[in-house]
Amino acid sequence: MTTITTARPRLGSLTAESTFITRSFIHSVRDVEALLMAVVLPTMLMLMFTWIFGNAIDPTGGYVDYVVPGIILLCAGFGASSTAISVSRDMTTGIIDRFRTMPIRSGAVLTGHVVASLARNLVATAVVIAVALLVGFRPVATPVEWAMVFGIIALYILAITYLFAAIGLAASTPEAASGYGFILLFLPYVSSAFVPVETMPGWLQWIAENQPITPVIETIRALLMDAPLGDSAGWAIGWCLGIIAASVLWGGWLFRRKAGRR
Amino acid sequence: MTLAIDARGLRKRFGRTDVLAGLDLAVPAGTVFALLGPNGAGKTTTINILTTLVRPDAGTAHVAGFDVVDRPEEVKRRIALTGQSAAVDEVLTGTENLVMLGRLSGLDRRRAHERAARLLERFDLTDAAGRRVGTYSGGMRRRLDLALSLIVDVPVLFLDEPTTGLDTRSRQELWNVIRSLAGAGTTVFLTTQYLEEADRLADRIAVLDRGRIAAEGTAEELKSRIGGDVVELRDADGALLLELATDGTVHGLRTAIDELDRTSAAAVDGATVSIRRPSLDDVFLAITARDAASAPTLIESK
Repeated sequence: MTTITTARPRLGSLTAESTFITRSFIHSVRDVEALLMAVVLPTMLMLMFTWIFGNAIDPTGGYVDYVVPGIILLCAGFGASSTAISVSRDMTTGIIDRFRTMPIRSGAVLTGHVVASLARNLVATAVVIAVALLVGFRPVATPVEWAMVFGIIALYILAITYLFAAIGLAASTPEAASGYGFILLFLPYVSSAFVPVETMPGWLQWIAENQPITPVIETIRALLMDAPLGDSAGWAIGWCLGIIAASVLWGGWLFRRKAGRR
Repeated sequence: MTLAIDARGLRKRFGRTDVLAGLDLAVPAGTVFALLGPNGAGKTTTINILTTLVRPDAGTAHVAGFDVVDRPEEVKRRIALTGQSAAVDEVLTGTENLVMLGRLSGLDRRRAHERAARLLERFDLTDAAGRRVGTYSGGMRRRLDLALSLIVDVPVLFLDEPTTGLDTRSRQELWNVIRSLAGAGTTVFLTTQYLEEADRLADRIAVLDRGRIAAEGTAEELKSRIGGDVVELRDADGALLLELATDGTVHGLRTAIDELDRTSAAAVDGATVSIRRPSLDDVFLAITARDAASAPTLIESK
């Protein structure tokens, strides 16, 4: 009797990662509604904050220059939140078991989602900036400062995406994942994104000044509008790296725990 | 003879339930082995342990020569699993699903595409190859799911209730595929609730009941185990009215006939009685019967 004894070949170092990144890109491109939202939402928010709220907040017409960093982060958060749903969907259908019985790092599935989210949201960021320029946004940044702006935005997207991925792992269903993620999207409102922190009640000021969004906003604003940077860049990078580290640890723990249960 | 699967004393407890209570399995390489059992008997837990998804609380298991707990990576290189819930990506097309799995199994792009095309043809999915899997029917998904497990030839293939939800034609096709795989040297370990499936496909069958192997052997061995014949009552058109299992003794047969007399079925015009050898269904029921009722056992027919 013949028997098969051959094993699957060992994979090249990043074959699994690149395969899952391709998969997540295809997912992103085929989700037409999400793609549409990624363009429509920034445009609507931009127009709402400059044309409807803008003159009430700052009658001199300079509000657009103030609000752009906040809208960038708001949209990035919104775009990254779908990562929680994608991850949760993978975990609750049988597909994760197929990957986990193959000789690949199962974490590579998450890498795929994270990279796709980063790409998606950088595009959304470009849309926000393009719309902003159309409605009168006049940044004074040098090319180097622009590069730094995109660097800090990319770091923020990574941080919030990893956090959403961990939420996706923690949630019992994709719907629950979507619900938990929604809470996070309110954070930018309690920061210096839309109004100066000084205008808030005292206790809220403390929260707004000590939450991660504010230093990220302040850094982007300082770079774009040539304002003094202070120590916000250090805080921004520290917060983002901290969130990434915490999410990766939490996510890894959840991944192993769920793995043992099923 | 080398064993493709060698499990000893496997135990697994979830909460207060002993799902597996000391399971032993020995599956020779290149054979088809069916694990038969009612819902909740521990079939899926057994598969999950053998495929490295779940760690056993006690006991050891070797698959394709490697310990599932100590060397899971080596085991994973030698197995493929089609689980109960369809493990397909609904957003991708049939071809994209297969190519993705091919790439993850170490095929280059060209060979992954070639292999995908061949499997799509084999599972009658060529027309749907370019469509998103979300639009597939249940049967098509199931077939794609199986095709995904065959993207590379592995020594041991695990199929958890592979034909559940398939129509008769697809089931027959799948049986042919499993037979040809076994013929080519793959060890196939499948769970099923369908006795006919086990009877027709498997070289050996194990009946799992309450976390233990209650009986194991070829279909013939199992049938001869319960020994007793079955009394059947059929109407004039040959449709089965009633079946009664006996313990094979004269007394048991007489008791069965007495039992028949007490039912209304015996009064049907032109009803005839006959005696036959037990089927695998009878074996299954006899082994897994929760309340060990004394013979004759009444088996309600459909």
